[in-house]
Amino acid sequence: MSLIHDSPINIEQIERNFREIAPPLNEAEAVLESNRCLYCYDAPCIHACPTHIDVPSFIKKIASGNLLGSARVIFDANPIGATCARVCPVDVLCEGACVEKTLMDAPIQIGRLQRYATDYAMRNEKEIFKAGAPNGKSVGIIGSGPAGLSCATYLARLGYKVAIFDKKSLPGGLDTYGMAEYKMSQTVSVEEAKQVAKLGVEFKLNTEIGRDVSFEELQNQHDALFLGIGLGATNRLNVSGENLNGVIDALDFIEQIKTRDWRRVPLGKTVAVVGAGNTAIDAVTQAKRLGAERVLMIYRRTEKDISAYAYEYELAKKDAVEFVWQTAPIEIVGDNSVSALRCQKTDGSNQIFDIPCDMVIKAIGQQKQHSFFESVAGVATDEKGRVVVNELMQTSNPKIFAGGDCVNGGAEAVDASQMGKLAAQGIHSTLTGEQVKFAGFS
Amino acid sequence: MADLSVNFAGIKSPNPFWLASAPPTNMGSMVERAFDAGWGGAVWKTLGEPIVNVCSRLAALDNGATRMIGLNNIELITDRPLDVNLKEIYECKKKYPNNAVIVSLMVESKREAWHEIVKRAQDTGADGFELNFGCPHGMSERGMGAAMGQVPEYTCMVTEWVKEVSNLPVIVKLTPNVTNIIPPGRAATKGGADALSLINTINSVMGVDIDTMIPYPNVNGMTAHGGYCGTAVKPIALNMVSELARDAEINIPISGIGGINTWRDAVEFLLLGASNVQVCTAVMHYGYRIVEDMIDGLNNYLDEKGFASVNDIIGKSVNRVTDWGNLDLKYKTVARVNFDSCIRCNLCHIACEDGAHQCIDFTEIDGLRFPIVDEPECVGCNLCYLVCPAPGAISMVRLDDGSESISWRELTSKQPATMTGD
Ligand SMILES: Cc1cc2nc3c(=O)[nH]c(=O)nc-3n(C[C@H](O)[C@H](O)[C@H](O)COP(=O)(O)OP(=O)(O)OC[C@H]3O[C@@H](n4cnc5c(N)ncnc54)[C@H](O)[C@@H]3O)c2cc1C
Ligand SMILES: Cc1cc2nc3c(=O)[nH]c(=O)nc-3n(C[C@H](O)[C@H](O)[C@H](O)COP(=O)(O)O)c2cc1C
Ligand code: SF4
Ligand code: SF4
Ligand code: SF4
Repeated sequence: MSLIHDSPINIEQIERNFREIAPPLNEAEAVLESNRCLYCYDAPCIHACPTHIDVPSFIKKIASGNLLGSARVIFDANPIGATCARVCPVDVLCEGACVEKTLMDAPIQIGRLQRYATDYAMRNEKEIFKAGAPNGKSVGIIGSGPAGLSCATYLARLGYKVAIFDKKSLPGGLDTYGMAEYKMSQTVSVEEAKQVAKLGVEFKLNTEIGRDVSFEELQNQHDALFLGIGLGATNRLNVSGENLNGVIDALDFIEQIKTRDWRRVPLGKTVAVVGAGNTAIDAVTQAKRLGAERVLMIYRRTEKDISAYAYEYELAKKDAVEFVWQTAPIEIVGDNSVSALRCQKTDGSNQIFDIPCDMVIKAIGQQKQHSFFESVAGVATDEKGRVVVNELMQTSNPKIFAGGDCVNGGAEAVDASQMGKLAAQGIHSTLTGEQVKFAGFS
Repeated sequence: MADLSVNFAGIKSPNPFWLASAPPTNMGSMVERAFDAGWGGAVWKTLGEPIVNVCSRLAALDNGATRMIGLNNIELITDRPLDVNLKEIYECKKKYPNNAVIVSLMVESKREAWHEIVKRAQDTGADGFELNFGCPHGMSERGMGAAMGQVPEYTCMVTEWVKEVSNLPVIVKLTPNVTNIIPPGRAATKGGADALSLINTINSVMGVDIDTMIPYPNVNGMTAHGGYCGTAVKPIALNMVSELARDAEINIPISGIGGINTWRDAVEFLLLGASNVQVCTAVMHYGYRIVEDMIDGLNNYLDEKGFASVNDIIGKSVNRVTDWGNLDLKYKTVARVNFDSCIRCNLCHIACEDGAHQCIDFTEIDGLRFPIVDEPECVGCNLCYLVCPAPGAISMVRLDDGSESISWRELTSKQPATMTGD
C-alpha cells in the first residue's frame, strides 16, 4: 500500500483529534463518582460484566481510599482490567445495567472509575498478585491477546510454568493493535502484559506457531496448550479491483494508526469504508480524525440493521461521516490506484452508481483461522469456523483448550478475558482433578 | 500482611472489627453470617427483662442525596426470650471459637437481678460482658440504661455487682449523654470494669413532617426522643474516646463506637486510643459485607506505613490531643490559593468575607479573576480551605519557623496580671 496523502491538517490537530474520548477522572471526580455509587447488593452491574467484577466492592474501596485493594478486586476477576476500563462497551454492559441509569439516566461511570483504580496500581507498580508455588506443570499459550493473557495470569497464580507465543512483536493481541486510538494507546495493554510477565510468565514474541515453531514441538513441551489466536484478516469483498493501490484492510489501517506515526498512515482525500460494524466505525472515525475530507460508510442494508453499537454510530455521526445505506460494492474502479467505488443499490431498484474516492477500507468482518485449526492444531470447528469447546473450554483434543474470538467468533476483549479465566479453571481441573473458582464465579 | 489480631481486655479476636450490640446482632443466625463475612467479634443485642417494642422505630438524617448520614432509633433491648438468646450464644460460640462473642446486659437496678443474669449468661461460653449503661430512650425511663450511666455512683455500684459474680472480662458501655465523660469513665474503672466502650446513642429528635406536623419516627401520631448514631456522630465519639484515653486515672482498654463506616474511621479511633472498634449503623445500611474493605483497607494501610501489627498504631495520636491552654500561640499558618487548581467558584471569598476575617480579595491573571489571600490579614482559621471544592486549590502554609513557642498557660503564668481571659 503506497498511497500516502498529506493530511490537510497539521500534526497538532491530529494529536488533538486523537486525544482520549474518556479521559482519566481527577481526584475530585473520583471522590464524587465513587460516593455516588449506591453500593447495591447483588448489583446488576456485576451481572452485566462478562467477567463479573465485583463493581460495588471496587468502587467502595475507591471511596474509602483503598486504591490498591480496589485494583486487586478488578484484576482478580479480569487480568486486563486496565484495558477493559477504556475499551469496554460499557453502555451495553455494566453501566447499561447500573441502577443509577434506571433512576435518573446517569449511570455511575464504572469504566472511568475502574481506570482510576487500575491506573493507581500500575503507575505505582504495585504488586497485585504473586505467582503460586511451582506445581511442576507447564502450559503453552498461543496468542497474547486478552484470552491468552487472562489464561496465563490465572495459571501462573496457581503455580504453572507458562509460556506465551505470539507472532507479533508486541504483546496484547488486538488490545495492542486494534483498539481505536482515541480509546486507548498501546502502552496500556503492553504494560498490562508486563504485569503478567512479573508473575513469571515467559513471553516468546515474533514467534509464529506453525511457522517458526511447530505445533508438535509445543505439544511435546507442555502438559496442555491454550489457543487464543483470535481471528484472521478481514474478509475479501470479492469484487474486481481489490488489489488496486488505495484498497486496504481496516485492521491494517488501524494497526498503522496505533504507531501514532501520523504521516506514515495511508490516507485518501475521500475514503469509502465498506461495512457497518464496530470496526467500520473505528475506521471511519479515525479516517476523519486523520484529516480525510470526506468519509463515507457503505452498507448493503438499512440504518436499523447495523451491527455497530448505538453510541459508536453516534460517534460516527458526530464526526460528520456520510452514510450510504442499502448499497453494495460491485467493483473498485481505477488504473493503478482507486478512483471510484462502483456500487449497486440493494433496495430493489438495482441502480448502479459510482462513488468517486481514492481510498477503500474493507471492514466486513474477520476471517476464521480455519487452516490453522484444521491442519496445524487438529481441533474440531463448527460450521461457522469457530473452535468447538465444552464448558471447560476444552477442544476436541483433551489437552488443547481454546478461548476468545476464535471460539465465540468475535466479541469483546472482556469476553475473551472471561474465556481465558474459564480455560485456566478447565486446564487445572483436567490436569490435577482439583476444582478452583476464580473471582467472578459463585 | 500485617497482624490484625487483637487481645481486648483478655478477649481475643482475629481483627479489631466487632459488631455493636444492635439489630445486626439480634440472633444466632445473624451473628454467624457476620462472622462468615469476616467480623472479628460481636456484642449480642442487649439481653434483659422482656420488653415490647413500638412500630415504627427508626428515622434518619439525609444530606442532600446522601441517605442516612445520621440514624435515630427508639428501639429497646432484645424482644426475644432470654433462654433462646442464651442457647444461641452458646451454639454460636461453639461454632466460632476464634471469634469474640460478648453478651450485652441490662436489668433493673437490683443486685440480685444483675447477679442472676450474669450467672446465667456466663455459662454460654461467651468471652465477656458488656453492661449497657447507655441506652438513652425508653429503658432510661425505667431507671435503666443511660439512667445508670449518667450517675457515676450507680455506674460504679452496678459494675461492682457484676464483678462480684462474673468470671469473664466486663466492658462498661457508656452513654454520651453527659456533660463530662470522665466521671462515668472513672466510676466504671473504680467499680472494677476491665474495659470501657463508647459511645452509645445520643438523645435526639430526628425531624418533623412539616405537612402533618408529626415528628419522626411516627408512632400513631406521636414520637419520643431517640438515640442518634451513624456517620454524623463520629466526631463526638472520637472526642469522648480520646478524653478517656488521655485520662491518667483510666488505664483500661477502650472499645471505640460511633459513626464508623470504613477502615479509615476505624484507624482514627485506634489512633485516638481505642483498642478495637464496634459498628452498627453502617452495617444496618449496607450489610455485613462492609467488613471486607475494613480488613483489606486496614491491612494495606499498615503495610504502606510499615506497621507489622494493628496494635502498633493504638493510641499513637493520643498525646496529640491536649487542653487548649497548651496549644502553641506562635504557630502561624495562612491560606494560599493555587491558581492552577482553582476553579473560581469564589466560595472561599464569600466564606472569609461573611464568615471570617475579610482577607480574600481578587486579582486578575490572564483576564480571569482569581481569589487571592491578603496574607498579613489572614488569621489561618482554615475556613476557606474547608469550603473549597477543588482539591489542592487552597493550602494552609506555615509561616513561623518553629523557633519560638508559647502557650496560653505559659503566657498567663508569666503575666498573670494582664491576662484575664482564662
Ligand atoms: C478493529 C477492532 C476494534 C475493536 N475494538 C474493541 C473495543 O473497543 N472494545 C472491545 O472490548 N473489543 C474490541 N474489539 C474486539 C477485541 O479486540 C477482541 O474481542 C479481542 O481482542 C479478542 O481477544 P483474543 O485474545 O481472542 O484474540 P486477539 O486479541 O486477536 O489475539 C490473538 C493473538 O494471537 C496471535 N496469533 C494468532 N495466530 C498465531 C500463531 N499462529 N502463532 C503465534 N501467535 C498467533 C496474534 O498475533 C494475536 O496477538 C475490537 C476488534 C477489532 C478488530
Ligand atoms: C436500632 C438500634 C438499636 C440499638 N440497640 C442497642 C442495644 O440494644 N444495646 C446497646 O448497647 N446499644 C444499642 N444500640 C447502639 C449501638 O450499639 C451503637 O452504640 C450506636 O449505634 C453507635 O454506633 P454506630 O454509629 O456505628 O451506629 C442500638 C443502635 C441502633 C441504631
Ligand atoms: S448498579 Fe450502579 S449504583 Fe449499583 S453498585 Fe453498580 S455501579 Fe454502583
Ligand atoms: S426493613 Fe424489613 S422489617 Fe423494616 S420495615 Fe422494611 S421490610 Fe419491614
Ligand atoms: S474556594 Fe477554592 S476553587 Fe473556589 S475560588 Fe476559592 S480557591 Fe478557587
